[in-house]
Amino acid sequence: MDSSEKGSLAQVKHVVLVLSGKGGVGKSTITTELALALVHAGKKVGILDVDLCGPSIPRMLSVGKPEVHQCDAGWVPVYADPQQKLAIMSIGFLLEDSDEAVIWRGPKKTALIGQFVSDVAWGELDILLVDTPPGTSDEHLAVLENLRKHRVDGAVLVTTPQAVSTGDVRREITFCKKTAVKILGIVENMSGFVCPHCSECSNVFSKGGGEELAKLTGSVFLGSVPLDPLLTATLEEGRDFLQAFPESSTYTAISQIVNTVLSSLDA
Amino acid sequence: MADVPNDAPEHCPGTSSDQAGKSSACQGCPNQNICASGAAKAPDPAIEEIRQKLTSVKHKILVLSGKGGVGKSTFSAHLSHALASDDSKEIALLDVDICGPSIPKIMGLEGEQVHQSGSGWSPVYVEDNLAVMSIGFLLSSPDDAVIWRGPKKNGMIKQFLRDVDWGEVDYLIVDTPPGTSDEHLSIVQYLSGAGIDGAVIITTPQEVSLQDVRKEIRFCKKVKIPVIGVIENMSGFVCPKCKNTSQIFPPTTGGAQRMCEELNLPLLGRVPLDPRIGRSCDEGRSFLTEVPDSPAAVAYQNIIFPFFCSLKTLHLVYFSLFIYTDVISH
Repeated sequence: MDSSEKGSLAQVKHVVLVLSGKGGVGKSTITTELALALVHAGKKVGILDVDLCGPSIPRMLSVGKPEVHQCDAGWVPVYADPQQKLAIMSIGFLLEDSDEAVIWRGPKKTALIGQFVSDVAWGELDILLVDTPPGTSDEHLAVLENLRKHRVDGAVLVTTPQAVSTGDVRREITFCKKTAVKILGIVENMSGFVCPHCSECSNVFSKGGGEELAKLTGSVFLGSVPLDPLLTATLEEGRDFLQAFPESSTYTAISQIVNTVLSSLDA
Repeated sequence: MADVPNDAPEHCPGTSSDQAGKSSACQGCPNQNICASGAAKAPDPAIEEIRQKLTSVKHKILVLSGKGGVGKSTFSAHLSHALASDDSKEIALLDVDICGPSIPKIMGLEGEQVHQSGSGWSPVYVEDNLAVMSIGFLLSSPDDAVIWRGPKKNGMIKQFLRDVDWGEVDYLIVDTPPGTSDEHLSIVQYLSGAGIDGAVIITTPQEVSLQDVRKEIRFCKKVKIPVIGVIENMSGFVCPKCKNTSQIFPPTTGGAQRMCEELNLPLLGRVPLDPRIGRSCDEGRSFLTEVPDSPAAVAYQNIIFPFFCSLKTLHLVYFSLFIYTDVISH
């Protein structure tokens, strides 16, 4: 089979979905930090942002409002860096007005996601991360259907510690099982807050739910990422947190998660 | 005709879609000619059925965001509890987050099931005057995933509005998922006969939230839902030990306050982060009764009390402001 038959993902070695089920747990944050960590580790990375109603990736990586161009092989992704190690595609790039609401029903969302998967000229990538909206609906089914021709290595599931989150993530785990997506592991985000004034640790969103969920469902627990205002602030500014704060415990947590994910991909 | 007929192919766009009869998925469908002719796009009779059914519901309020995880379900639940504390009022809480229904857990109703009677589905009562409906009550296991495309979700929302026996209700609060998609369009479409008083918008302080919330506000404008106001949730955290405040979710672009000033919308209030809120939600208890003196509970009461004292007046004022601003900006 030559590469044109396999399509635009022919030279993409690994595809990993970042899922949750619950909104606001940090899927886009974890996708961004995983991508940056992988780039720092010398990998060529792509991010496909299929959250059509609430695309967060462009702002987190400070790529502004570039134009999306076409080439012979399809749409050219937007690069976050001059060395072109981090390629991104998001509906955020296609909106003239960033406050414009994408008020689409399922079939239209499905169609655009099909184009994002098949018509973007990703080129050579070590890993393509797919950032998703919360839920188990059109976007998730569209991504999997369009990736059917290409292998999906698995999914990283993100939760926060409290039961209201893990309750939704349990359903996402069922979705993965029903759609034969391997669960690479569970990340517990917003896992405790260390007061910068007195170092007291507060469990703002409860404690331990992610690890319990991993045990309950027989999944790998990839690790916990603390609630870190520095992480939130750098994402707001579109800066590279890992370059800015390499001494932080958040950096250590993210690095460990990346290493575990990479090992499971190479295994 | 049903939005997705029983004999429709898998990717049926829905009979009321612009693509009805024209999409590639329509090839070979027995209804293709009907859909392509536009005959299937006549107003859904359910809209009138719902209008009649909801004549016993005085006020309908949507709780929206655009952004996930900002506290829509938490606010919806606690607004319902607060309103129901007045025994003379009948309150209903409808959860239209089909894929991630949080309301049963937050209301302490996990494991409850819905019953059918001659007059329709009976909602689940958490108090004598507080009724709740969620797809969560139709699932047999906490692991059950609702893996539905848009048209099927729309059908469920139609049933919730048409087939649930709400009875006489003073306030129907509708909790929504994040986004501006099927669930939101369906709620607006199916309530177009019955009417929506307005929407409360929830956000957190940071720009990553606000950028999605602005889209939701645009959505409200497009579908002509009055925005009653905005609540900024997770607005600062007071350390229980040293009592210093940290902005865990920093308002780097001015937070909800600046957004409300720019969009000429009322900022209804700010609620601080409090670990006891999450704990109460996990345990299915109202933190308004668990920790009534906490800054978060006080903030909620300060938001809710004036808001509902004069809902009608506020509705008229803000609706007028909204329309006026729209007129002068064009």
